[in-house]
Amino acid sequence: MISIKEMADVPVKLTEGHRLCAGCAEPIIAKQVLLGTDKPVVVSNATGCFEVSTSGYPYNAWNVPWIHSAFENAAATISGVESAYRVLKRKGKVQDDIRFVAFAGDGATYDIGFQALSGAIERGHQFLFVCLNNEAYMNTGIQRSGATSKGAATTTCPSGTCIPGKREFPKDITKIIAAHDLPYAAQASPHNWKDLIEKSAKGFEANGPAFINVISPCPRGWRHESAMTIEIAKLAVETCLWPLYEFQDGKWKITGESKRIAEGTKEKRPIQDWIKSQGRFKHLLDPKWKNLADEFQENVDKKWEELIKLSKQ
Amino acid sequence: MKRLAVNGDQAIALSWKQINPDVCASYPITPQTIIVEAFSDYVADGEVDTEYVCSESEHSSMSICIGASAAGARAVTATASAGLAFMWEMLYIAASMRLPVVMTVANRALSGPINIHCDHSDAMGARDSGWVQLFAENVQEAYDNSIMSFRIAEHMDVRLPVMNCLDGFIVTHAIESLTPMTDEQVKKFVGEYKAVHPLLDTKEPHAFGPFDMPEYYYEHKYQQAMAMNNVLPVIKEVSQEFEKVTGRHYDFIETYRTEDADYVAIAMGSTAGTMKAVVDDLRKEGHKVGCIKLRVFRPFPYQDVAKATEGKKAVAVMDRAISFGASGPLFADIRSAEFENRIHPRTVNYVYGLGGRDVGVEDLKTVFKQLESGSAKTINYLGVKQ
Repeated sequence: MISIKEMADVPVKLTEGHRLCAGCAEPIIAKQVLLGTDKPVVVSNATGCFEVSTSGYPYNAWNVPWIHSAFENAAATISGVESAYRVLKRKGKVQDDIRFVAFAGDGATYDIGFQALSGAIERGHQFLFVCLNNEAYMNTGIQRSGATSKGAATTTCPSGTCIPGKREFPKDITKIIAAHDLPYAAQASPHNWKDLIEKSAKGFEANGPAFINVISPCPRGWRHESAMTIEIAKLAVETCLWPLYEFQDGKWKITGESKRIAEGTKEKRPIQDWIKSQGRFKHLLDPKWKNLADEFQENVDKKWEELIKLSKQ
Repeated sequence: MKRLAVNGDQAIALSWKQINPDVCASYPITPQTIIVEAFSDYVADGEVDTEYVCSESEHSSMSICIGASAAGARAVTATASAGLAFMWEMLYIAASMRLPVVMTVANRALSGPINIHCDHSDAMGARDSGWVQLFAENVQEAYDNSIMSFRIAEHMDVRLPVMNCLDGFIVTHAIESLTPMTDEQVKKFVGEYKAVHPLLDTKEPHAFGPFDMPEYYYEHKYQQAMAMNNVLPVIKEVSQEFEKVTGRHYDFIETYRTEDADYVAIAMGSTAGTMKAVVDDLRKEGHKVGCIKLRVFRPFPYQDVAKATEGKKAVAVMDRAISFGASGPLFADIRSAEFENRIHPRTVNYVYGLGGRDVGVEDLKTVFKQLESGSAKTINYLGVKQ
């Protein structure tokens, strides 16, 4: 792990000339992930905010080879690149020791991209898949995805007089990916850059596929101030809504602030703090939907206890 | 080279073995499956160096080919019917990235209703995707097209993906006599793969597939159209070189006894072979008939087709696909070719053989009889049970 001082001198792989929104967590996450290796990398990108905003022809914010082909296939595309690498290396036509990473939003991971991701992991390609999880289809204007939080309002599950936003809990995709028994899977948050870079380094050096699911606050979609992005990401961890952990060689390990909460040296904050921090949950503050806020807390507690149990196995 | 008794799928697999592509990504689907089964045998026995990827869907097969080709590898796949339909989105992307991916399509009807047998509706659905489309009449031509398609796709004036079509079951599963090239001949003919701005050149990074707004999208599509315009001369050049090596002659179309014919039928794929036998039979009875086989469907050889139909009394266009609410797709192109060249033989459309409905000698004789008697309608459904 390089020091923060050394990091400042590493040539950037993603430049600042992109067009992502002020306060968007995605470029922060991508830069941290790419600091996880000093080897040359090839990037595959699913369709979404991150692709659109870093590549508008004839401009391009990438200083590394980059490919976007479609929405649902970032994993399949990078597995094709990696297959070419394997054979061309074998034939002596490529000499470099290259790493491969795919960036995709939650829609391109949990929903439309899930099949290609599952297939690529099962086939054992050597690549790191990073989910930039902002919990909805933000590029098309904040629509509900399989990652959207229960109770959150989006433009396709708005909070109305009868229905209080999304009615279902999100998929636990990190556990679903871990069920593939891959070498490495983790959850991370951009507020804890050290934890995320360390996890990325493990992902890049895993002997096979690796997956990191990163919470990615979206000021537009979550309805919070642009300056609050990192604070909100931190809150997700402190409420245990988004525990930091890793799954390596079949073992579950809680990391970062989540580890301290599990050990009792750090306070676990109530989910009410999370609800109050974002406009997408505003309606849940209405006494009418108190049961939903309670359910939210119960679910967070249940999942957190399950994770603690797994980490003790 | 010794002749072999193989089916069309085995012939394609043999051509791939001789070409030894870098990456093959595939997903099983009837009637293509024999190709990837046979090829996986070559992989398992170490007869090729190919990285063989068993994808979890055809959509991913094409995505893998796109990734591999952009990375700098020679990439192949094969599919049919629903598999090709499932790839549809990625076909356009492969073409727009100017990636010389080569794909065999074992032509099969599209669902629904579900059916596993031959027609051309799958390839016709991919007509406008920007792929070069070749159709083979028999096992030998399927093999020969497969070898030539790499040269066409990878030509620096083209750099477009190529689709080799062969009729499902009729050619894919029928055992015929094949005269293969020697491994050395194939290796020399196809040559080393030359990648353009590969992703794996990390010292000179390039971006593939950036977001393209109205300021440039149109120009990129125009460049694609211009590349497609370069294809016919390249096919001619490659076919002539192929003939020098093998003695086998190929052109965009093949005319059979059309010179003095009054009535001509045009078909693609295996039906063109049956049509030749029908022409011979009818000629013996004194009928002035001939037939045209179309080998290259995209880009469409308008001039050659118009020249071959000029001066005929009537022309029957055989479409093994339907474009609901319009004529068959081949018919529209043929009439367009005639119109452009100001020749106007009576030209009619026969939809036939959908979902593998057998089309024999007697059926095709009916076509010529109706042409001669003038009883053919503009659009006819050959052999349909009313």
